[in-house]
Amino acid sequence: MKFWHQVISITWKDTFSEIRTREVISSVLVFTLLVIVIFNFAFGANQETLRLVAPGILWVTFTFTGVLSLNRAFIPEKEQGCLEGLMACPISREAIYVGKMLASLLFMLIIEAIALPVFAFLFNLPILTLPMVTITILATIGFVAVGTLFSALAINTRAREMVLPILFLPVMVPVIISAVNASKMALSGKPWSELASWIQIIGVFDIIFLVVSCLIFTYAIEE
Amino acid sequence: MKRTILLWISLALMVTALYLIFVIAPIERTMGIVQKIFYLMVPMGWLALLSFLVVFIGSILYLKKRSLRWDILSYSSAEVGVIFTTLALVTGSIWAKPAWGVWWTWEPRLTATLVLWLIYLTYFMVRSFATEESRGATFAAIVGIIGFIDIPIIVLATTLWRGLHPGALIFQGGLDPTMLLTLIISLLTFSTLYALILMQRISLKNNEVEIKRMKELSQPFN
Repeated sequence: MKFWHQVISITWKDTFSEIRTREVISSVLVFTLLVIVIFNFAFGANQETLRLVAPGILWVTFTFTGVLSLNRAFIPEKEQGCLEGLMACPISREAIYVGKMLASLLFMLIIEAIALPVFAFLFNLPILTLPMVTITILATIGFVAVGTLFSALAINTRAREMVLPILFLPVMVPVIISAVNASKMALSGKPWSELASWIQIIGVFDIIFLVVSCLIFTYAIEE
Repeated sequence: MKRTILLWISLALMVTALYLIFVIAPIERTMGIVQKIFYLMVPMGWLALLSFLVVFIGSILYLKKRSLRWDILSYSSAEVGVIFTTLALVTGSIWAKPAWGVWWTWEPRLTATLVLWLIYLTYFMVRSFATEESRGATFAAIVGIIGFIDIPIIVLATTLWRGLHPGALIFQGGLDPTMLLTLIISLLTFSTLYALILMQRISLKNNEVEIKRMKELSQPFN
């Protein structure tokens, strides 16, 4: 019980500071919308092409969004000296990881919850279906599982903001491939059975990397 | 002494393998003589994975025990591994042109090898981005562990992605026994070569670390 107490207090700390400052959600949200619009200019010659590229656009957008919001998970902590305070607390490192991960997950889900209807509106596609929502939630869990670990790693390096995407993107390749293909099928209205294998890949990825990242996290963050 | 024996063994194996590949192994029906790159490409792909396995084991041991020799093992294996991965991509590309008409195709094996190559790259980059050597070693170990665990999932995803359009089968049906023998000898040769180069690199790295330590000792008041 104590573990979850610690986790909730860290998640609440991040959420509360976000409610106060609205830094992450507003800037990342605007960025997301801009990226969707620019992709439309890049690819959207006609409705047919849009239908083909829409899943790709959606997931590239969410990947960029993920990188931005995950950078915000630890970098401000380091800059304000908060990280040392956090590590000096009688909290286990795993609790810090889970707390930070849940906070990033919450932020990303809020941004996606706003971005998906905008996407449906601009691209005229049936986004708000149960398969799409499931894919989005599972893939986002994958993003934050690995991203929180690499974000903590990135703060102790020189080129902070660049390190996260460089480390993160090759590892996320299977999640992106699976999310795009599953989305493509979901948008064409295919049944669950065809989506199953893709969703299984994302699910397996999530479970494995949640556990592994939690175990390794203490090495990433120590001085 | 050990290394010299290994050198002669690998030399003998290499000569045998080359003889088998170019003289004994039969020419494949559909693809002709180009198919023989297969005997080089498969071992290199195998070595790319083996090197990363050694990086993975070295990384775990480094994080657990904090002894520099495990980091030296991981680093050396990663260096050898990235070279073999590059060669695997190059030979794959050389094969692709006459076989399928294009230099590159997003075929599952090639794509997975490319992503492995990128992960190797990030392994080295994270070292150079770190503020100090020991930090760099820790971060690289983390990348080594995460990267290796990711590889099966990457292979699964890329196979599912492209497996729906079977454009690139290496051989229809089974392998001729002579071809199988050639392949096995080739694999053995390259594995021995890997061990040899790895030992060489580790010894070189040990010397580098020793020289650095001596330099620091000789300048005590810096």
